[in-house]
Amino acid sequence: MPVQDEIDVLPPKGVRPPLMGPGQDFGTVTDRVAGVILTRHTPVFWMIIFAIGATLVGMLTTAVAYLIFKGTGIWGINIPIGWGFAIVNFVWWIGIGHAGTLISAILLLFKQGWRTSINRFAEAMTIFAVMQAGLFPLIHTGRPWIAAYWLFPYPNSMGVWPQFRSPLIWDVFAVSTYFTVSFLFWGIGLIPDLATMRDSAKSMVVRRIYGLLAMGWRGSAQHWNRYETAYLLLAGLSTPLVLSVHSVVSLDFAVSLVPGWHTTFFPPYFVAGAIYCGFAMVLMLAIPFRYLYGMQDYITLRHLQNCAKLMLATGLIVAYSYSMEAFFGWYSHNKYEWAMVLNRMHGPYAGYYWTLVFCNIIFPQLLWFNKVRSTPWMLFIVAVDVNIGMWLERFVIVVMSLQRDFLPSSWGMYWFTKWDVMTFVGTMGFFTLLFFLFIRFMPAISIFELRTLLPQSKVKE
Amino acid sequence: MNSSSTLSPVYGLMAEFESPTELVHAAKAAYEAGYRKMDTYSPYPIEEAAEAIGSHHNRVALVVLIGAMLGMIGGYSMEFWISAVNYPLNVGGKPYHSWPAFIPVTFECAILGAGLAAVFGMLALNGLPQPYHPVFNSPNFIRASRDRFFLCIESQDPQFRLSETKGFLEGFHPVEVTEVPY
Repeated sequence: MPVQDEIDVLPPKGVRPPLMGPGQDFGTVTDRVAGVILTRHTPVFWMIIFAIGATLVGMLTTAVAYLIFKGTGIWGINIPIGWGFAIVNFVWWIGIGHAGTLISAILLLFKQGWRTSINRFAEAMTIFAVMQAGLFPLIHTGRPWIAAYWLFPYPNSMGVWPQFRSPLIWDVFAVSTYFTVSFLFWGIGLIPDLATMRDSAKSMVVRRIYGLLAMGWRGSAQHWNRYETAYLLLAGLSTPLVLSVHSVVSLDFAVSLVPGWHTTFFPPYFVAGAIYCGFAMVLMLAIPFRYLYGMQDYITLRHLQNCAKLMLATGLIVAYSYSMEAFFGWYSHNKYEWAMVLNRMHGPYAGYYWTLVFCNIIFPQLLWFNKVRSTPWMLFIVAVDVNIGMWLERFVIVVMSLQRDFLPSSWGMYWFTKWDVMTFVGTMGFFTLLFFLFIRFMPAISIFELRTLLPQSKVKE
Repeated sequence: MNSSSTLSPVYGLMAEFESPTELVHAAKAAYEAGYRKMDTYSPYPIEEAAEAIGSHHNRVALVVLIGAMLGMIGGYSMEFWISAVNYPLNVGGKPYHSWPAFIPVTFECAILGAGLAAVFGMLALNGLPQPYHPVFNSPNFIRASRDRFFLCIESQDPQFRLSETKGFLEGFHPVEVTEVPY
C-alpha cells in the first residue's frame, strides 16, 4: 500500500531536507527494507508491471528471432546509414548506466553521505542497462555466433584474431570490463545485506537461499576491515573505468573521418551526456519506487534535489558541447563540417535536432527552480524529457552524419521499421522486468550502509 | 598449541552489547588485559572495533596491485603477440606493434584484473565462503546482522580460563555472556 508523502513537506528556506526521516533505529531500517522482500504478499502494482515487462520481453524475443531468421534487412539500416537504431540504442543504454557508477564509486570517494540510500538500486540499474546495451552490437552483426571471432580473442580453427587498432575492439573490452566490475561492485555490496536477510528470514527455504548467497558472512571486525578496503579500492578502480567506457564509445565515432564525428572533444562530451541521462533514469526509477513502497524516509527530497542538481550541471555541459559542435563546424572552415551543421539545423531531420535542443537544453532549465527540484512529479516529467532528449541526441549524431557525407551520390535516408521499434521497446521491457525482479528479491537499499547514517552508529569517546 | 586448549568444549565466550561504544570499550580493555584471539561482530563496519582488537592492516591492497599488474601485463602481451607475432596484418600501413592503440585494452585489462583480485582476494583472505562457523551457535547471534554488537574471546587464547574470562567480560555489563559450543 503506498504511504502518503508526509515528509515531502519542504523545510523552511535555507534548511536542507534531512537524509533520513525521523525516529529510525537499527531495527526499523532493517525491517523496512527487508520487509519488502520477506513477505508472501506481492503488491498488485508489482504484478501488473511485471506482466507488462514480460510481455515486452516476448516481443523482444520475437523481434530478435525474426532478425536472426531473416537478417538485418528487416531493420531500417541501409548503405550509407549502416548504424541505425542498434547503435543509437546501444549508446543510450550504456550512457544510462553511468549514473549508477558515479553514485556508487565517485560519490563514495568524495564522501557524499547522500549516496548511501540510492547506490544499491542505481548499481542494479547500471548492470541491467549495460545488459540491454550489450545486446545491440551483438544482434547488429546479424549473426552473433559468427561475429564472436572478431569481437573476442579466442583461438579458433581459422587462425584469425581481432584487430586491436580498432576502437570497436576497445569498446568490446571496455563494455565487458565495465559490466564485470559493476557486477562485482554490486555483489560485494550485497554480501552483508544478504547475511541480514538470512538472519531475518522466517522460512527455512528462504534462510537457506540467502544463507548460500551470503557465503557465511558473520560481520567479524577483521572481515569488515578487509571488506572496507576492497570496497574502497573497487570504487577507486570504477572511477577511471566509468570515464573510460563512454570515452571509448565516443572514440567509435571520433576516430573515423566522418563529418560531425571527427572531433577531439567527443570523450568529455559523451561522458557528460551519459551522466545527464543516467541521473534522469535514477530519478525515473527512484520517484515511483519511493512512492510505491513508501520509502520516503530513506529516499528523501534531499536525494531527489541532489540528483536534480547534478542533472542541471551535466545538462549545462551538454548544452555547451552542442554549441561547441556548431562552433567547430563554422570555425574549422571545412565545408563538409559546416554543411553537416547546416544539415542538422535545416536538413530533412531538422525536426529531431530542434526537439533535441528543446528537450536537453531549454526544458531542463526548469531545474533552476527549487519548487521543481522539490516536487517529485515535476522532477519525473523533466527526467522523462531528458531521457527522450538524450536518445534524440544519439539519433542525430549517428544518423545525420552518415546520411550525408562527402559525395552527394552516396547520400541517403534512414527510416526505422516496426522491427527496430519492437526491439527497442522490448529492451525497455527487459530492463523493467529485471529491475522489478531485483526489488522483489534483493534489498533495494543498502541496509548496512543505512545503519552507518544513524547517529547511534558512532562510537563515543 | 597445548592439548588442554584444543580439547576445550567451547569455541569461546560471547558477550553481547547494545551499543558500539560499549563494544569498543570492552574490546580495548580485553586487548589491554592481554587477550589476543578474539573478534568482534557488528551489523556494520566499525573502524574503532578493528583497531581495538589490533587488526589495523590487511593485505587486500597488495592483492589488488598484483591483480592489476597481471591484468596489465597479460592484456598488453596478448595484443603484442596477436598483432605483431601470430597474426601480423597491415592495416593502413600502421606498424604491427602499434603500442598507442594497444593502451585502451591494456587499461581495461588492468582494471579487470584489479577488480577481480579485490573481490575474490577479499573473500579468500576472509576465508569465505564458509559453510559452518561456531559463532552461529551462540543463541542471540542472529542479531549481529541487525542491531547488536558482540565480542567473542576464543578458547584458543592462552589466557583463556572459562570462569575467569567470563567474570572479566561480565565486568563490562553486557546484555549477556554465553558459552559458544563448537
